[in-house]
Amino acid sequence: MATLEIKDLHVSVNAEDAQKEILKGVDLTIKAGETHAIMGPNGSGKSTLSYAIAGHPKYEITSGSVTLDGEDVLEMSVDERARAGLFLAMQYPVEVPGVSMSNFLRTAATAVRGEAPALRHWVKEVKGAMADLDIDPAFAERSVNEGFSGGEKKRHEILQLALLKPKIAILDETDSGLDVDALRVVSEGVNRYKESGDVGVMLITHYTRILRHITPDFVHVFAGGRIVESGGKELADQLEAEGYVKYTGKQEAASLS
Amino acid sequence: MATDTQQHGLTAHSHGAGVPVASRAAHFTSYDVEAFEVPGGREEIWRFTPMKRLADLHKGAAATGSATVEVSAAEGVTVETVAKSDERIGKAGVPGDRIAAQAYASFVDATVVTLPKDARVEPTTVTITGPGEGKVAYGHLQVHAQQFAEGVVVIDHRGSGAYADNIEFVVADGAHLTVVAIHDWADDAVHVTHHHAKLGRDATFRHTVVTLGGDVVRVTPVVTYAGRGGDAELVGLYFADAGQHFEHRPFIDHAVPNCRSNVVYKGALQGEGAHTVWIGDVLIRAAAEGTETFELNRNLVLTDGARADSVPNLEIETGEIEGAGHASATGRFDDEQLFYLQARGIPEDQARRLVVRGFFQELIAKISVPEVRERLEAAIEAELEAVGA
Repeated sequence: MATLEIKDLHVSVNAEDAQKEILKGVDLTIKAGETHAIMGPNGSGKSTLSYAIAGHPKYEITSGSVTLDGEDVLEMSVDERARAGLFLAMQYPVEVPGVSMSNFLRTAATAVRGEAPALRHWVKEVKGAMADLDIDPAFAERSVNEGFSGGEKKRHEILQLALLKPKIAILDETDSGLDVDALRVVSEGVNRYKESGDVGVMLITHYTRILRHITPDFVHVFAGGRIVESGGKELADQLEAEGYVKYTGKQEAASLS
Repeated sequence: MATDTQQHGLTAHSHGAGVPVASRAAHFTSYDVEAFEVPGGREEIWRFTPMKRLADLHKGAAATGSATVEVSAAEGVTVETVAKSDERIGKAGVPGDRIAAQAYASFVDATVVTLPKDARVEPTTVTITGPGEGKVAYGHLQVHAQQFAEGVVVIDHRGSGAYADNIEFVVADGAHLTVVAIHDWADDAVHVTHHHAKLGRDATFRHTVVTLGGDVVRVTPVVTYAGRGGDAELVGLYFADAGQHFEHRPFIDHAVPNCRSNVVYKGALQGEGAHTVWIGDVLIRAAAEGTETFELNRNLVLTDGARADSVPNLEIETGEIEGAGHASATGRFDDEQLFYLQARGIPEDQARRLVVRGFFQELIAKISVPEVRERLEAAIEAELEAVGA
């Protein structure tokens, strides 16, 4: 039973000479089997939370703790975190010219699994996972994310999720920029991952529409660098109706009507 | 006229701000050493070069040794050793700086490699071994692809010492010549070389320069066209380590209508004092209507203390062209790429190697000789191992 435990997390970024605090005491525990939706207005620090957990060098943890099954995540390098079972589906996946998707996937799977997957099984596994996400097999020979559309990049993030099978997956605005079909395909991919094992999901989103495809067990409202309200699925319905104005004082819809 | 300028990466190149650069058309050439002044290092064409490390090649250093030239010729290819008086020598181009003129004046024997008319031949390898540590040598090589000949010539430089030479590529009408020049010198070596390519009507020239080893390596490839339909592609890969100076100065002289050129050089640098220079000149003269040209240089700076200079120059004297453009960028290692790969569990050193290999991949893929391709991949791998990157 995997548990990701975030306690009183404070995170700053180095902007110019001054440090700017973005996360101001985040407390959140995600257990295997649970899906937590983190919802909040733009600039509330949702993405910072995901990048800080993954270990992006731009963000500095000033206090608090993050543990995965009791292990100190903050002491680990970025790749150690991934091998420990954390996965971040990024909002803006990075292009890596000259590195083929197939080479990248195999290198990543080898690192995460601790041994190179047997070639015959691997080819079948990748083909199957690509087919599940309606990804043209030709993408395997293209450079990682290079020239991919927004939707193609997101499908490939979920492809990596399917192949790397982390204990806890953090999905950072995976729904942004997706059309209706892509949103369905990507959501089905996340649901398949959830059903495949005892895993936990942190789903970061601005809008409620992805929650029609992926049912959260918990919904947290994120504003001003911390969680300001937690509840069940009904909280999302309330945000849908009322937006974030209650939390920010500004009119910002949770779904643009 | 379609001119476009693109910028990629972090640091854009300068457009010669403030310094009026003389037209490339006015560039002086001569077979006579004394026609050139001894350069002091402030001249436009020398200002990036560490003159003190040139073993006096620019000051008339006498030959104290000789380079060994060995040719492993494919069937049908002829190899001759000829004197300077041979009428074929010097046909592809005239020395464009004092060291090239010195090399021309000082060489004793020239090697001429001929790919026969109408034939497609297997790859030929020319191995040039330097004169040895502390010695100076001059040389001359000509590769002649006769009409409709088709083939690959690999020129492999290795060994020690100071060496200056001119290499001529005579690509006759309709011929397809592919050249891969590898500079894999020992750490002490100094090599200053001029490549002169003359392309006949509808000739195709594929020229790849690989520079991996040596203290100072300065390569000046010059392409001229003798007839319409000439097509030149110049590719370069270099990897400079601490203290190494690698300089590449391709010049494409479009003086004939309806010719094409494409120049792509990519380099990586690591270590204190690693220095690379890329000066890419393209001149489209008034007569060269219908020209199509593009040049690109990208540099990947892997560590502090390394420096890449990159200056593309495009001069256009006619509006009636197909297209012309240039781009240049020098960037630090992309931490976002590294983060992305590491976030998928790939350890940092392996992630770095993936990114650097990826950076060179498009150029390595263009090399048609599998042995050369494999050697290059292995060499890049070894470079990366060396710093534990």
